[in-house]
Amino acid sequence: MPDSAERKVHRVRRAPFVVIGVFLLLWFVGITLDEPGRVMEQAIQTCLSCIGIG
Amino acid sequence: MGFVRKWVQIIFGFLMNGYWGFPFSRSLYQGPLKVICAPGLNCYSCPASTTYCIIGSIQQLLANVRLSLDAGQYYFGLYVVGSAGILGGLFGRMICGWACPFGFIQELLHKIPSPKYRIPRVLRFGKFFFLVVFVILLPLFALDQFGAGEPWFCKYICPAGTLEAGLPMLGLQPSLQAGLGFIFLNKLVIMLGFVVWSVLSSRPFCRMVCPLGAFYALFSRVRMVRLRWDKENCVRCGACHPVCPMGVKFDESPDDMDCITCMKCMTKACRFDAIYLEVGGIPLRAGRTLARPNPAPVRPKI
Repeated sequence: MPDSAERKVHRVRRAPFVVIGVFLLLWFVGITLDEPGRVMEQAIQTCLSCIGIG
Repeated sequence: MGFVRKWVQIIFGFLMNGYWGFPFSRSLYQGPLKVICAPGLNCYSCPASTTYCIIGSIQQLLANVRLSLDAGQYYFGLYVVGSAGILGGLFGRMICGWACPFGFIQELLHKIPSPKYRIPRVLRFGKFFFLVVFVILLPLFALDQFGAGEPWFCKYICPAGTLEAGLPMLGLQPSLQAGLGFIFLNKLVIMLGFVVWSVLSSRPFCRMVCPLGAFYALFSRVRMVRLRWDKENCVRCGACHPVCPMGVKFDESPDDMDCITCMKCMTKACRFDAIYLEVGGIPLRAGRTLARPNPAPVRPKI
């Protein structure tokens, strides 16, 4: 059998790039809606209900 | 590889919990890094935390989505889901194996000598229940009289929050002890239960409960970095089964949703080059399938 026939051909998969692209779009939309600011507000405060106190 | 992974876990643990001024400030880190998500499960109310928790943030945004809309603010969680989805598309549950502090804690606990028990495979679907019900539906639809929901998973379940945030905050701010009640007791019991269970079984929280793991599991077939199985080289010896910390039988389920790409099967078990790492469809190995013909594997004597 020729050498080339024994080799496997591997192609770059498109699916991960499509998935990452879709979520990158969501991420950008979230930024345009000023969501990071809201996330920041939540994250810098102790969330008592989050840790089961109060 | 195990040595490298352990150090990566330690480094990520410190990166996500790198604020060591908390014993003096007695408060959380409030700097700009808190706008970046922690890739693993790491409570953002932990006093040392430098990043936000994906699961905590999405619950807070969904719980208050009506109030936000009333105020003309469109906070649907797209930034948080987008961040998590980018990580999922790149690494999937590899994050659980390499960058999750709570996963690392469970691994350390499992090293304690004791009888070890398997976890029934059917229980692994539990994490999807917690993702859908406790992280999405209940915060979105179980509302108080003001139209606000609650972070149900954080409040009633999350043992990482109890361990990393609840107990340290009680030590830092003793005044919080006045607010202790049944909810905290319930969470404490859950946390202690998982601590004990982690000694007896490998990563029980990751396999059965973790909603972030459930989200990343959705990317098992489409993620950029993953382990692949070469069926021509595989002799079905089953050596990859007992080494897997997540109970995956890699030769039977190569795209398994629970594979955390710890690579134990590849580096510690398989002697036939039947498991390899792939990035975007391109295999990362010495090149048996690309550069030179595949040598006949040595078959075991049966």
